[in-house]
Amino acid sequence: MMLQGDKIVKQYNHKGGLINALDHVSFTVEKGDFVTVTGPSGSGKSTLLLSLFGLIRLSSGTVIFDGKRIDDVSDRHLTDIRKKSVGYILQHFALIPYLTTLQNVMMPLALEKIPGTEQLKRAAEILDYVGLSDRMQHLPRELSAGQQQRVAIARSIVHRPQIIMADEPTGNLDPTLSLEILEFLKKINRENKITIMMVTHSPVAAEYGTMKLHLNEGKIVNL
Amino acid sequence: MTISKLVLIELWKRKSQLITGLLAITLGISVIVAIQSVSIVSEQNVARNLDNLGANILVLPQGASIDDYYTSDIDAPTLPMDYVERILTSTIAGVDNMSPKLTRRVKVGNQSVVLTGILPKSEIASKPLWQSSGLLGTALKTACAPNQSANESHGLEDPKLKRKAIDTLYSNDCLAGSQVAQRLKLSANSKVTIMGKEFKVVKILAETGTVDDDRIFANLKDVQKLLKLENQVSAIEIMGCCNAISEGLLGQLRNILPDTRITTIGQIVSTQIETNQLMKKVTLIMLVIIFFVGGISIGNFIWANVNERKREIGILRMMGAERSVIYKMFLLKAIILGIAGGILGFLLGTLAGVVLGPYLAGILVKPVYLYLLWSVLLSVSISLAGSLIPTYLAAKFDPHNNLQED
Ligand SMILES: Nc1ncnc2c1ncn2[C@@H]1O[C@H](COP(=O)(O)OP(=O)(O)OP(=O)(O)O)[C@@H](O)[C@H]1O
Ligand SMILES: [Mg+2]
Repeated sequence: MMLQGDKIVKQYNHKGGLINALDHVSFTVEKGDFVTVTGPSGSGKSTLLLSLFGLIRLSSGTVIFDGKRIDDVSDRHLTDIRKKSVGYILQHFALIPYLTTLQNVMMPLALEKIPGTEQLKRAAEILDYVGLSDRMQHLPRELSAGQQQRVAIARSIVHRPQIIMADEPTGNLDPTLSLEILEFLKKINRENKITIMMVTHSPVAAEYGTMKLHLNEGKIVNL
Repeated sequence: MTISKLVLIELWKRKSQLITGLLAITLGISVIVAIQSVSIVSEQNVARNLDNLGANILVLPQGASIDDYYTSDIDAPTLPMDYVERILTSTIAGVDNMSPKLTRRVKVGNQSVVLTGILPKSEIASKPLWQSSGLLGTALKTACAPNQSANESHGLEDPKLKRKAIDTLYSNDCLAGSQVAQRLKLSANSKVTIMGKEFKVVKILAETGTVDDDRIFANLKDVQKLLKLENQVSAIEIMGCCNAISEGLLGQLRNILPDTRITTIGQIVSTQIETNQLMKKVTLIMLVIIFFVGGISIGNFIWANVNERKREIGILRMMGAERSVIYKMFLLKAIILGIAGGILGFLLGTLAGVVLGPYLAGILVKPVYLYLLWSVLLSVSISLAGSLIPTYLAAKFDPHNNLQED
């Protein structure tokens, strides 16, 4: 088992009241799984995805990653885990607007202080893999939505993470592009044995899951 | 990629914003540099004046100010040459030596130089009237200022006193101050044409660090003729005996020299010292203002930048950037802004000092390169101080709340 959540609770304080975004959520993910997380809007999918590695602090519950508890470690430690072992893909691509494709993809390696030539080699390799070798010097706004999401995918895998967390990666793309992106993720999952946890609204995307989590009002429900 | 490179790329992409960010700090630094470069020169002048009093009493035309004496503008008032003889023929005791001067700013080619007419000792001595006054032989034996032999006995070169002791300066000959010689590319025995008259440069004077360095000295009579101011002088410098000054020499001189302004160099020096002290206070006040205004302005600029880049900060934190990376991003930017503000401020301020110094203070201002270091240090510390709070807040941003597309 590589990632396990046990009785995860996240409560938001909102205008004096408490919102139970996650209500005793438990699950286990094995290495190499392609996990899909579905559920209605507001059911807590993004909260789950972002809280597991500390982007949102949990109210209670335990998270075990790679055999170690990570819900009670320092912010610094969680940051370090994100840097080395996790790749994120978001709905709105989340690229740095003033950096070129190549520079955006090099950023995770820069944060790990990997030497420049090595960065260049690896980023170019990954961009070739996602089919963007001829767009390396483009800025995000000079790319189509599908191309931007492929840059984001390249960025999420360039540092060879153990797990990719994707929050509605196809939410902003038309059906054809969505399929293309999903096929990429599947390829990454199969070829590189990278675990994927993907939040999605789309039934088509949900079909890619080898393990499926469904949330409703912060609780796991079995369909 | 490195974080430093990211900072540089971002700076470059938003370079037009820099102007607003840098404005306050650049202006502030340049004002301080300008004031400082002007006042350091006038401080040096005061020090030299105190050190090397060539004369201790100055007789100026009624309407003339001390500035006129220094700047020698074209319409500066003059007084009649007769006054020299009036002093000599009077019964006033305690006048050791005197030197009438006519000074005007003139053009040589396209350069502006100050032409000063002086009387060499030989000509003063050759006047029978003056011989009988007992001036002969006393030469430069000054009463209270350090005299030539005293200076020399201390191993000091004293070019100013030496110049005053010039024995002869023939018609058509001239002496050039070190700076003016440099500007006009003059050397001993070269020729220079001033207002249509050719002069032979007999000597380049050693640098004194005073206004004299920027002057050309010629025989008073030549200068009077050239300027069409026959029998007029702009000032009479008098070496008076200290005891005599305290016993009322100034009052006696005023009695026989109507329509003149008679001051002691001591008074001039003390006004200069007062001005310099005022300048120091102004600089200090400016420093405090710059620190707050510049700091707040840079802080505001960085805070706007932080807000504009909230999402980017969230993305970086998501990718595993520690808070220290966020600190580095914005503080490095602040340092670069500080360096730029310091350099620009130094350049602007020095330019202002060099251009305006001669007009406003009547002194030659040279760039003080050490101020570049101080400007940059000051500017960087202001910029860093102003950026600390916005950067601290940026590093504390909750990454999750800033990931959403706005
Ligand atoms: N920062 C916040 N402060 C207060 N409440 C929040 C905050 N973020 C989310 N919530 C609430 O928590 C609940 C779960 O939100 P979450 O974003 O996880 O839903 P989701 O399943 O991702 O929805 P969607 O499919 O629309 O993206 C919602 O009711 C939401 O209003
Ligand atoms: Mg969501």
